[in-house]
Amino acid sequence: MSLLAEKVEPRTYAAHAKPWWQRTLMTRDAAIIALLVVVWTYASIVILNFSDPITVYFLVLDITPILLIALPMTLIIITGEIDLSVASVVGLSSVLFGVLHREGVPMVAAMVLALLACAVAGAFNGVLVTRFGLPSLAVTIGTMALFRGIAVGALGTTAITDWPDAWGDVVQARIGDSQIPLMTVPLVVLIVIFAVVLHFTPFGRGIFAAGLSKDAARFSGVNVDRTKLILFTLSGLVSGLAGIYFTLRYGSARGDNATGLELQVVAAVLLGGVSIFGGRGAIPGVIAGVVLIGTIGSALRLDGLSANIIQIITGVLLIAAVIAASVLGWTGRIVGTYRRHHSSEEPSSKQSPERKRSE
Amino acid sequence: MPDTPAALELRDVAKSFGPVRALRTGSLRVEAGSIHALVGENGAGKSTLVKIVAGLYRRDAGDYLLAGEQVDFRNTADAKQAGVAVIYQEPTLFPDLSVTENIFMGRQPTNRWGKIDRAAMRTEVVELFARLGVPIEPDRPTEGLSIADQQLIEIAKALSLDAKVLIMDEPTAALSGNEVDRLMTVARTLRDQGCAVVFISHRFDEVFALCDTITVMRDGAYISTDPISAVTEDEIVQRLVGREVSNLYPKLEATVGKPMLEVKGLTRTGLFHDISLTVREGEIVGLAGLVGAGRSEVAQAIFGVDPYESGEVILDGRPVPPGEPRRAIEMGLAFVPEDRRQHGLVLDAPISRNITLPTSGRLARTGLISTGIENRSAADWAARLEVKAATLDTVAGTLSGGNQQKVVLAKWLSTQPKVLIIDEPTRGIDVGTKSEVHRLLSTLAQEGLAILMISSELPEVLGMADRVIVLSEGHQTAELSREEATPEAVMRAATAHHSTTLNVSEAS
Repeated sequence: MSLLAEKVEPRTYAAHAKPWWQRTLMTRDAAIIALLVVVWTYASIVILNFSDPITVYFLVLDITPILLIALPMTLIIITGEIDLSVASVVGLSSVLFGVLHREGVPMVAAMVLALLACAVAGAFNGVLVTRFGLPSLAVTIGTMALFRGIAVGALGTTAITDWPDAWGDVVQARIGDSQIPLMTVPLVVLIVIFAVVLHFTPFGRGIFAAGLSKDAARFSGVNVDRTKLILFTLSGLVSGLAGIYFTLRYGSARGDNATGLELQVVAAVLLGGVSIFGGRGAIPGVIAGVVLIGTIGSALRLDGLSANIIQIITGVLLIAAVIAASVLGWTGRIVGTYRRHHSSEEPSSKQSPERKRSE
Repeated sequence: MPDTPAALELRDVAKSFGPVRALRTGSLRVEAGSIHALVGENGAGKSTLVKIVAGLYRRDAGDYLLAGEQVDFRNTADAKQAGVAVIYQEPTLFPDLSVTENIFMGRQPTNRWGKIDRAAMRTEVVELFARLGVPIEPDRPTEGLSIADQQLIEIAKALSLDAKVLIMDEPTAALSGNEVDRLMTVARTLRDQGCAVVFISHRFDEVFALCDTITVMRDGAYISTDPISAVTEDEIVQRLVGREVSNLYPKLEATVGKPMLEVKGLTRTGLFHDISLTVREGEIVGLAGLVGAGRSEVAQAIFGVDPYESGEVILDGRPVPPGEPRRAIEMGLAFVPEDRRQHGLVLDAPISRNITLPTSGRLARTGLISTGIENRSAADWAARLEVKAATLDTVAGTLSGGNQQKVVLAKWLSTQPKVLIIDEPTRGIDVGTKSEVHRLLSTLAQEGLAILMISSELPEVLGMADRVIVLSEGHQTAELSREEATPEAVMRAATAHHSTTLNVSEAS
């Protein structure tokens, strides 16, 4: 289109108001990563055995389910929804996997079937939220009870503990002679996939837009309902994966596996800088949030503190993180208002940085 | 002027919102025992005036007198206390409470034990309805009552507060023929009982049938007041519009080509009915009508963000699937919505992300997209539209209205559309940017874009459009060529009942 083509000197814009190091370091992601480094260093120095590679090995195995589920949870919370049924889906997956295995279904087939069922469970959440316009908080509290009820009902208080050793060994295997669990490899692959989808694809742009303004996103051609349906399905699928991991690691399929895990996941995601109101967040911060919660738990356990104390500290940390976010947002607004009042909206193009469109 | 003070009198009342002067010289004098019509185009300042009378806004200047006494209300409760009641188009009642409870909400009579005196309440309500001559069951919940009945409950509530001034703000817009007749009967009853009634309506047949006096407003200013018998409908329409509409709108000659957007028999029950229109290459078609005529609803259905029940939309010869905005965008349809802050922009997102949101799929050639790609594309379009901002990561919500509209336009022009639907292109933006937008639309049409422009501003429609289609209450009431489209003809069609589709020659 030749619109305004006759203009000799088109206006140029600086791509960013702040230099790259400010944009990278002055973020909530950077803050939580820094906090993680501080806590890690402190624990390594003060707590006996914390820096031992075996501690790291168990830390990774312990946080794997939380880390897995936190990935789709991050995307869901950024769209402005939430999925509280994830831990129950873990239980459902564990029981289904166990029962299919007991009935003689081959391991891989049993896994695939359990995963499919969990994806359907997630899609069920998604349909209730998108087709019927119900609030996801209420829907997934309901399905949290429903899925857990089915899981516990199917197996009662018994557990299926007859698993081939080979599978348990795979899950707990190390890479070569190191103390790095083999599980790290698929975990890193998944993290990269989720990070790319969220931050570098049109689908990810739609996720952020939907969380900031559902209407504006819809009016820009983003299929908000379809996006959410996909994410809830994905959440079910990944929770199912976590259930299979859980079952194999502990060699036990139980209906009450991973009870209460959803709160740890949500806590880690929020700690990682994702806004509970949607529209803001990033995968690196969430990873740091999960690792931070795992580190604190691991360090305090090594220090001989009881689980109750660990919970209290995690809770306080979460509240502190949310308060810090509000305070940051508040000061940001004040500074922003100040700037707007003291330099008009258009800091006349002469004094604005005449950098050409960088990058 | 009579010696006795008027029941309600406003003299040169002014009200501004920031830089916008919504009301400059609001004057109105309503005698007790009369029905007074207040008419004006959308944006003439009627609503602002009513809100000042109701105590919702405080005036910046001017006098406000009730029965000769200066008043200054801080809130609506003060106004109600002083005997001023406003009946809105859609009353807000508590749906689960009974009719009686709604009427006495917040001021239930009590007996000597401090308990609510239901018997006394009920007796008074029965009396009120008898006075109004309407049969409404006092004990039923208000849920499920028609809008007309809900309005009557509001009127009864006003009467129970001993209202002396009753303002009806477009009460008939949502009513059927019988209900309008009944409301008019009630209004006459109130007049005969000594109330001063202000009746706001766009329907001239009702105004002339019901009212004793008529005041015209335009552009926030008082124009005239006359006894209804001394003026004709044509005179009133002329005063409503009465502006020179020529040079402000740079209309360029464009070659009109083949049809690009064809809408056939589009219908959604209750909102719009059997809408058919064609927009050709290089043509600007104006979609005119009053607020609530269904124009935006039609546009949103064409674009696919709202559903429709029957009809079809064809873009450049290919059918556009209903309910799929993404497909519509890919096929070359762009839609600049009326509500910029709610629908047009993601306010909390940067300018660059806003501009590239509909095209992100196209920009991601390898399936991946980055801030760099976005910034390059956005900078190109922001520059062409001269968006005033220092950087592209400026959050869109911090820009002025005019600049926001430029971002929205940049966003949609970057999709390289064949057809542009633009709903209220210049609402809430300053005069300078307004003419920039008009020039842009003209240029775009000259370059072959087909434009469907919805506007409530008559001068804008008449100044920019090659053809004008008028909607009234969801029905198409006229299609006028540029020559036929006089302000009078458009206003007539916009206020017509749909049953009487106007003949063009008769209208002009």
